Amino acid sequence: MSQYITTIGLEFHAELKTKTKIFCSCPTKFSDQPNTQTCPVCLGLPGVLPVLNKHAVELAVKAGLALNCQISPLNKFDRKNYFYPDLPKGYQVTQYPLPVCQKGYITVQDAAGQDKKVRINRIHLEEDAGKLVHSGDSIADSDYSLADYNRAAVPLIEIVSEPDMSSAEEAREFGEKLRLILAYAQVSDVKMEQGSLRCDVNISLRPREQQEFGVKVEIKNLNSFKAVYRAIQYEEQRQREMLDQGATIVQETRLWDEASGTTKAMRSKENAHDYRYFPEPDLPPVILSPEWIADIAASLPELPDAKTARLQKDLGLSAYDSRQIVASPAIACLFDQTAALTKEYKTLANWLLGDISRLLNNAEQEYEHIPLAAEDLAYLLEQVKSGAVNNNSAKVVLEEMFISGQKPADIIAAHGFAQISDASFLTEAVAAVIAANPQPAADYRAGKKQALGFLVGQVMKQTKGQANPAMVRDLLAKSLE
Amino acid sequence: MSDNKTIISAEDVDYVAKLAHLQFTSQEAADCTAKLASILNYMQELQKIDVTDVPITTHVLPLQNVFREDETGSCLSREAALANAPEQWEGYFKVPRII
Repeated sequence: MSQYITTIGLEFHAELKTKTKIFCSCPTKFSDQPNTQTCPVCLGLPGVLPVLNKHAVELAVKAGLALNCQISPLNKFDRKNYFYPDLPKGYQVTQYPLPVCQKGYITVQDAAGQDKKVRINRIHLEEDAGKLVHSGDSIADSDYSLADYNRAAVPLIEIVSEPDMSSAEEAREFGEKLRLILAYAQVSDVKMEQGSLRCDVNISLRPREQQEFGVKVEIKNLNSFKAVYRAIQYEEQRQREMLDQGATIVQETRLWDEASGTTKAMRSKENAHDYRYFPEPDLPPVILSPEWIADIAASLPELPDAKTARLQKDLGLSAYDSRQIVASPAIACLFDQTAALTKEYKTLANWLLGDISRLLNNAEQEYEHIPLAAEDLAYLLEQVKSGAVNNNSAKVVLEEMFISGQKPADIIAAHGFAQISDASFLTEAVAAVIAANPQPAADYRAGKKQALGFLVGQVMKQTKGQANPAMVRDLLAKSLE
Repeated sequence: MSDNKTIISAEDVDYVAKLAHLQFTSQEAADCTAKLASILNYMQELQKIDVTDVPITTHVLPLQNVFREDETGSCLSREAALANAPEQWEGYFKVPRII
């Protein structure tokens, strides 16, 4: 056991899934044409007034409810003042003393495999900044920067955890669960690589016998939960070595460098953290009535933990399969739609996690929805169950359905995949195989039961794999008695 | 509090001015310090009032829940957006290096 205790808190910024910005009607959708989605309000021109996007408020409340938070009935906005060229107004509109959501939690597993509640301190609603492009290799050696305000004032929620995590594993699980919950709740696109979900880490180490937290370091520039995991492991080791040598940790912001797998101190201006918050005078307060909050709660779909439990308990899937299905909202959606039409849950789970996942991975495009209709999938599962199509043929059908979008019945007919369960046809085939293979037939009669497998194989070969194998086995055994 | 000098120092004024990107001559800074001190002293008077049972004032007007629906409207053209930019490049606002 290490002589130090690691303390980790996480901060997330999630872009809300609204069509328009938080205080104006400019679109939020991504554009590669800089400064084409701006107006006097989001550019902070003099004399304009912001008007709050109602849907942004609803999505923030939805996120809070999904994350087990208490919702504040009284909401107001505040100005956070600082100068930076990505912030056109010279202040960010955010919520300081009265965040919309407080005191939530996510359950993760600790090192001993026990459930552990990691608390969420707060979620507040705010506006995003614009995007800066730097002329040099890094911000520090650029002669100038280029500002694009398309992203300025896109609605964000900031989610701040309590410093309740003590390992890279716990932090990664918390992050992955949070991402999945926001995805299921349809609050955000949660694409870390595209920046619609961003995660910063606060980490400190303290000697085991020490009560108070050590000096914390903030890590930014984390574009995946793999990066979060690696950065925490690196930073734990860096701080441990410093403390072992009696060195002092400085409170600072460090940037994760993916290529070298290290964190580096970020240069910053002095006094950068004195934001002089004050109430935003241009926005009246938002009162969230219990009825409104109840309506939003009613709009929440089934969340990941509840879905995992249901797949196990009600549909009899294994814990592992349930978790794997729930880990992909697209797969879980197709599972639920198909499971409403057929009871072949286990085979459905196998197909989704096996062949369909492989097809999705092989496809060079990203799918919002899996290009398979639930009724087609259910039809094919029923064909396999009734013995009309064998399992191997079904996989070929599945692949063609995925690629061409054709109906399974048409693909089965085109390939002649329909399984032969016609007893008189199979009896003939069985007789022909016995006649052509006297030695194995004699072996079987003499008690070498494994000879039957060879004969079944011969019948399958004769019928191009279309014979119903269970029937062939029965017919062979009877004929050889 | 009657002594204006103790409620806000010249250093405080200097610090806040720096955060706000303001520049003062030493005479202006001294004037400012005295004027801010008198305002703050006046506010001190208000601090004496017991407001335990008074609800927080979040806005000066009796308004609440003023919203817009999430519907897209028109934007400025890029040319219009950039019209007042001191410098621009390929559709971007060009700004001096930051750090």
